[in-house]
Amino acid sequence: MRTYRLGTTDKLISVLVYTLFSLFALVCLFPFYTIIINTISANDISARGDVSFFPKHIHFQNYVDVFKIPGLWDAALISLGRTVIGTTLTVGASAFLGFMFSQEDMWKRKFWYRFTVITMFFNAGIIPWYLTMRSLHLTNNFLAYILPTIVAPFFIILVKTFVESTPKELQQAASIDGAGTMTVFFRIMLPICKPILATVAIFAAVDQWNSFQDTLLLMTDSKLYSLQFILYNYINQASSLSTMVNLQNAGSTALTSLATKQTTTSIRMTVTVIVVAPILLIYPIFQRFFVKGIMIGAVKG
Amino acid sequence: MPKSLKGDAVHMKNSSSLKRLSVRKFLYILPFMILLGIFAYYPLYGWVYAFFDYKPPIPLSRSEFVGFKWFHSLVENQVKIDQLLQVIKNTFGMSGMTLLFSWLPMIFAIFLTEIKAVRFRKFIQTVTTLPNFISWVLVYSLAFSMFSSEGIINGLLNELGWIDSPILFLQKSDHVWLTMWMWTTWKALGWSAILYIAAIMGIDDSLYEAAHVDGATRMQVIRHVVLPSMLPTYFVLLMLQIASFLNNGLEQYFVFQNAFNKEHIQVLDLYVYNLAMGGGSYSVSVAVSMLKSLISVVLLFSVNGLSKLTRGESIV
Repeated sequence: MRTYRLGTTDKLISVLVYTLFSLFALVCLFPFYTIIINTISANDISARGDVSFFPKHIHFQNYVDVFKIPGLWDAALISLGRTVIGTTLTVGASAFLGFMFSQEDMWKRKFWYRFTVITMFFNAGIIPWYLTMRSLHLTNNFLAYILPTIVAPFFIILVKTFVESTPKELQQAASIDGAGTMTVFFRIMLPICKPILATVAIFAAVDQWNSFQDTLLLMTDSKLYSLQFILYNYINQASSLSTMVNLQNAGSTALTSLATKQTTTSIRMTVTVIVVAPILLIYPIFQRFFVKGIMIGAVKG
Repeated sequence: MPKSLKGDAVHMKNSSSLKRLSVRKFLYILPFMILLGIFAYYPLYGWVYAFFDYKPPIPLSRSEFVGFKWFHSLVENQVKIDQLLQVIKNTFGMSGMTLLFSWLPMIFAIFLTEIKAVRFRKFIQTVTTLPNFISWVLVYSLAFSMFSSEGIINGLLNELGWIDSPILFLQKSDHVWLTMWMWTTWKALGWSAILYIAAIMGIDDSLYEAAHVDGATRMQVIRHVVLPSMLPTYFVLLMLQIASFLNNGLEQYFVFQNAFNKEHIQVLDLYVYNLAMGGGSYSVSVAVSMLKSLISVVLLFSVNGLSKLTRGESIV
């Protein structure tokens, strides 16, 4: 029973609390809302910054046109590919290492656990990183998006904490029945760890999807650009792209009105919505998981 | 035979087979440790570039060893000293703001959990956590749409007749620390509060009941029950923040930087990038990031020692 006496000041505080939270929520949502209504409004109005609360002259031509930009499909595939492959491997490795580091009889377990966790706290810097990647031939190489992310200390800590919170008898019983380490891992621990692995999967996927710095430092081949990277480029050079799309459209259809003619603003905003859409779409689903997951992880921290 | 006896039989196996099992378990994780060695430890070797006159594409083996020349060059004349000082000032400014307001997520969590309307509370939590999951590039794109000269805010102000010419929010060189702090807060506040919300959920109900029986007001409950139970979490997070005082990260400042705000936005991480990629001074850049890392490690061990001293447990 979490109730208290309510005085006048308390009620005043309540009003203040509700107002402030509503305002902050509005500030968090408004940019997303406004950019979406801008992409479906008449492009000439939106380019003047005149669409603020409601869409004006709704049309969806932008979402057709934006895919005429060369490289956008490639970038979408790269981003999708690294998210799917990277997340799968990171989750698998985190599950396995989290489980293995909970095995007290492993040789020098403490040392190897520290060896792993300490890497969260230092960083050689971007130039040594770049030179390392270059000497491994991982510049302009898709594997550069995957290999360095496989061993992720933070996720390993989350899984290890979770495994240690499960009853020891489960593993003991299985090994008495003759199950080897791998059988215990695949048959017993993996199914039990599902909730924490779902959390890890979400974090890993968001990290992969949002990653920008690795493309910036390592990739010069435009075939390997990620969506985040080309979005950054588009923000800085959207004017030439809009001219190009308009020229293409002028060739195919004569009916390009001012409302659907691509502008710097329309290109930039539409690409932004496309890049943010996967996050917005899966967010309500994964939101439930990570609150639970963080709480599991927080027990120890 | 009961299970416990069988278990004893397993433990009575001779020690050499136990040792073999223990080594085999290590062999399972060895490939992953090698990966970690390559991607986390091997790059440290790159610090030797700070002591050579490295000019790509000439390989290191044919570069001249110059000792501490690049470290000296950082402070060799007044212009460079001023530049470095400005970068350090920016780093301290931005990290200082974050430290100064590090209690904000805690307050956010306290008052959020005070909200009794469950649906409203869930809605607020969902919405305010969302910005944490978008990249800095996307944040910048949203910022650009809102605040650029043809952006929505300028459009609105213009429509209202409050301004004649657009306000150049993103190109302003004053208040950069404040605006950068505001974007960080916009992105991270709701998310950072989650740990504290978890701490509040973990408070024993009997504490609330006791406070209720004693006739405590809401503010009294917050002050004497909720706040004390969150302080350990706050302390750990504060220590970690201090440990990463010099690591502002690159992305946020990289995407928001432009020719106009460069002087005040350039934090150490961005400076390291700009030195190498903008100026081609690879060796100097490595020297700066090496110093930065070494100071960070010292900071980490200091706060860890402080934590051991005051709370009896380490944070790392």
